[in-house]
Amino acid sequence: MDLEETKLPGVGLRHDFTTARGRRIGVISTRGGERELLVYSQDDPDACHAVIDLDGDEAEVLAELLGQPRVIERLARLREQIEGLATEGIYLEDGSPYVGRTLGDAAIRSRTGASVVALVRNGEVVPSPVPSQQFRSGDKIVVVGTQEGVRATAELLHNG
Amino acid sequence: MHTAALLIELGAVIFGLGLVGRLAGRLGISPVPLYLLAGLAFGAGGVFPLNAPEGFLDAASEIGVVMLLLLLGLEYSAGDLLGNLRRQAPVGVLDLLLNGLPGAAFGLLLGFGPIGALAMFGITAVSSSGIVAKVLADLGRLGNRETPAVLGILVLEDLGMAVYLPVLTAVLAASGVWEATGSVLIALACLAVALVVALRWGHVISKFVSAGSSEVTLLRVLGLALLVAGVAEQLHVSAAVGAFLLGISLSNDLEEEAHHRLEPLRDLFAAVFFVSFGLSTDPSSLPPVLLPALGLVVVGVGTKLVTGWVAAKRAGIAVPGRVRAGAALIPRGEFSIVIAGLATAAGVDPRLAALAAAYVLVMAVLGPVLARFADPWARAYVRRQREKAVTAR
Repeated sequence: MDLEETKLPGVGLRHDFTTARGRRIGVISTRGGERELLVYSQDDPDACHAVIDLDGDEAEVLAELLGQPRVIERLARLREQIEGLATEGIYLEDGSPYVGRTLGDAAIRSRTGASVVALVRNGEVVPSPVPSQQFRSGDKIVVVGTQEGVRATAELLHNG
Repeated sequence: MHTAALLIELGAVIFGLGLVGRLAGRLGISPVPLYLLAGLAFGAGGVFPLNAPEGFLDAASEIGVVMLLLLLGLEYSAGDLLGNLRRQAPVGVLDLLLNGLPGAAFGLLLGFGPIGALAMFGITAVSSSGIVAKVLADLGRLGNRETPAVLGILVLEDLGMAVYLPVLTAVLAASGVWEATGSVLIALACLAVALVVALRWGHVISKFVSAGSSEVTLLRVLGLALLVAGVAEQLHVSAAVGAFLLGISLSNDLEEEAHHRLEPLRDLFAAVFFVSFGLSTDPSSLPPVLLPALGLVVVGVGTKLVTGWVAAKRAGIAVPGRVRAGAALIPRGEFSIVIAGLATAAGVDPRLAALAAAYVLVMAVLGPVLARFADPWARAYVRRQREKAVTAR
């Protein structure tokens, strides 16, 4: 994917690229913070089929919809797609022996067969946490595995 | 008593402009031609002659020109200008010659003399960057692939004007051939120095201007603009160019803030400028120049279509985009009036002002209309091509 940048003197910047399926889309960023979402015409590749004006807030919301929550959405879909695979968000409570210790200390995969794929802390997602990732109380630990594996992980995180 | 008359007439003029501007918004055209019409109607020999407070209007319209050019300069950084120059110089030269020479020829034919012909060159050469940019935005064409080529031409025209205006003012002010050559050289030298300063030390000027509250910034920018414009005028470089160059040198760090603060002022004073140009033109001088003006319009539409075609073709754009680019470039506007104003103030044939007014009136209305027509035409063209391709298979 080649992202092209074009200067529009007096207006701002235009970025555009062609998708794998051959549609050309782009964004104009004006100096005032407004964005224009461009969808190029299939018949006349020089012209736009649709131009959507977005103010700063709207552009941010759109960017978020297209970006961040993809991880969580994919997890949700994963659960529906594959039979025999369970996903669970397990909350780490205050009494857990793993509060303050690392993902590596818990050795979840070797002990239960389930994998920790993400950590949700204060609404922020840490995808694919590394073994040195520390747990804190209140973390939501997203685990994927067999039904038993996930249940065993919950048990492990609760009681050690 | 005097104050009351001044306030009442001024209020009437500005309020009237507000009404006219709203009408322009409704019709989807630039307010410039309507301001001109309003000026014609209120001026000497108009439908409703107004004993306007002349001193004030004169001063305000001078400020209007300075503001127009200052804000124009703020749009571009020196880097933008040079980059465009490097990429598109051949198209820029073609644009200015192709559109300017017919104007100069008409000027000579009508007996305006060589200086009048020089002024006519500028009047027909430049598109109105304000109107073109607005039309492109209104029609949702900012994202089109021919648009950078169109905007590039506008930039080059503006840069071309930065060279042309000091030459014109020097020639207008000089009395003999030798004196004219001398003042042109001085003007060009000043221009070169100013450009180098803008390129090298633009950030120093910005820093100097931009300390403190937005009120302070406003006063400093405006004050500096008027100062620079005044000094430039003294050196026969033309106040407008001084303001333009200042705008360029401020554009890197300050543009957004300055834009915000100065735009309303520009709108006000520029409107006064267009009105007072209309005021100083006698409507009864329009009919005799109507035919030549229409001739110029026909030629001018054709030459801008050619310019747009060539520029878009160089950028690798297909036929529909080339026509759209040409049609977008058609409107003439504020610059043509600025040039005509300079020329008439220096005592060139008064018919030139009438011709310029008629020309701009027609072009500024016709341009956006033609630009709009280019879209359905382009769609029809694309459809035809596709049908042809299908039958060929």
